[in-house]
Amino acid sequence: MSEPAVADTRRLNSKPQDLTDAYGPPSNFLEIDVYDPQIVGVGRNRYTTYEVRMKTNLPIFKLKDSCVRRRYSDFEWLKNELERDSKIVVPPLPGKALKRQLPFRGDEGLFEESFLEERRAGLEQFINRIAGHPLAQNERCLHMFLQEESIDRNYIPGKRKPSAAPASCTFISTSRHNAGGNVRAVSTL
Amino acid sequence: MSFFSFGQSAEIDVVLNDAETRKKVEHKSEDGKKDKYFLFYDGETVSGKVNVTLKNPGKRLEHQGIKIEFVGQIELYYDRGNHHEFVSLVKDLARPGEITQSQTFDFEFTHVEKPYESYTGQNVKLRYFLRATVIRRLNDVVKEMDIVVHTLSTYPELNSSIKMEVGIEDCLHIEFEYNKSKYHLKDVIVGKIYFLLVRIKIKHMEIDIIKRETTGTGPSVYHENDTIAKYEIMDGAPVRGESIPIRLFLAGYDLTPTMRDINKKFSVRYYLNLVLIDEEERRYFKQQEITLWRKGDVVRKSMSHQAAIASQRFEGSAASESALEQAAKEESG
Repeated sequence: MSEPAVADTRRLNSKPQDLTDAYGPPSNFLEIDVYDPQIVGVGRNRYTTYEVRMKTNLPIFKLKDSCVRRRYSDFEWLKNELERDSKIVVPPLPGKALKRQLPFRGDEGLFEESFLEERRAGLEQFINRIAGHPLAQNERCLHMFLQEESIDRNYIPGKRKPSAAPASCTFISTSRHNAGGNVRAVSTL
Repeated sequence: MSFFSFGQSAEIDVVLNDAETRKKVEHKSEDGKKDKYFLFYDGETVSGKVNVTLKNPGKRLEHQGIKIEFVGQIELYYDRGNHHEFVSLVKDLARPGEITQSQTFDFEFTHVEKPYESYTGQNVKLRYFLRATVIRRLNDVVKEMDIVVHTLSTYPELNSSIKMEVGIEDCLHIEFEYNKSKYHLKDVIVGKIYFLLVRIKIKHMEIDIIKRETTGTGPSVYHENDTIAKYEIMDGAPVRGESIPIRLFLAGYDLTPTMRDINKKFSVRYYLNLVLIDEEERRYFKQQEITLWRKGDVVRKSMSHQAAIASQRFEGSAASESALEQAAKEESG
């Protein structure tokens, strides 16, 4: 058997890329904005709602464009649902700010502008992080949170797709955010 | 050691016959220090001289025998007391008696079998050494000299590429390919990653070389993983239809050949770990084992006949046959 003196380091052959793939919109478009805080209610029963606007081209979301109003406790509900039903390590929410709910503060408390901005940014980061997670995208609660007018707290929790989904082809996907199982490759050529 | 030596004491040292010509190689010790040792191959003869030097000339040295041993052993760090010797040869140099002056003894271990490569790892060590001993009633005079053994292979006849499609349904599908499954230590890994479906936001992709040292058997198996190399092959977000090339030169890394179930005590295996990281630091990875082997040096005029024998013990090939012929011609011609 001949022994090459120098290794062949030429690139392996690959299919040329289709131009519509190269220059078209990417298949991973997902943007969620959390903005426009509005104070709802009167006196001591006031609370803030935010607009949660999602734009995407991921086929797993029914609506490519959706807009709903949510309050902090809705985000908490989502976090709890995901922590209970999925194996994901859910990213943190911005703080509950209990101190701000106490009376006799020098400022606007929960409705202080700078605090609202801080909370808005934290909620936006939270929802973008979780919505992009492949396992979270399978959970009904996420879709209900993002795309349904109101959250039905009596819903039946579950996966969006039948649970046969991960069986056919998977990476070993793992990180602190995920505990995805070990599965086989799709096909060996 | 010799606080209570009344009378004579001695120093002992070992010198190889071919110390001038034999190649030395670097080998890492347990504490990470690198030192140079004489390099031997399987089948080579180990010969030299043992010098016994009397500290007080004129006085005699009584002893219970002088000997030299050639030892190959495996030492598990969690079980230091038990050395597993897989090679153990002894030559007696002197019967019990006395020496009146400094002396030199010749020794030769002919065509010694050295079946495994020297290895110093995280939990296990395999070493070869010569040990010369002057046996005495109270304390022996001992000198050890470590040598390093390399195991050589030739180009494997069968060396298929590794090609596989993996992914997460509806999220990420890739096809990865590595040009070979067996690489020598100075080889280049040439491959590519082809993206079939990208619905996540990938930030970058890297390929890691992971060394897994396995010690113990049955229920008490212990794996020690060590990431030897991390090499970024892509920075940015790919889309469908893109092909990312891989070219990873192995010579720059601290690698050993793949060692499988050495004397039923330990293994050292290598894996390529392809890692994709998305914008939220989530990691997606696929591990694949590769076999590493040590290639013999290019046949030079000075290559000894014995090394040619050694390389022929492994996957015999035309190359080592001709090396043998060549060396034989030189010896006779």
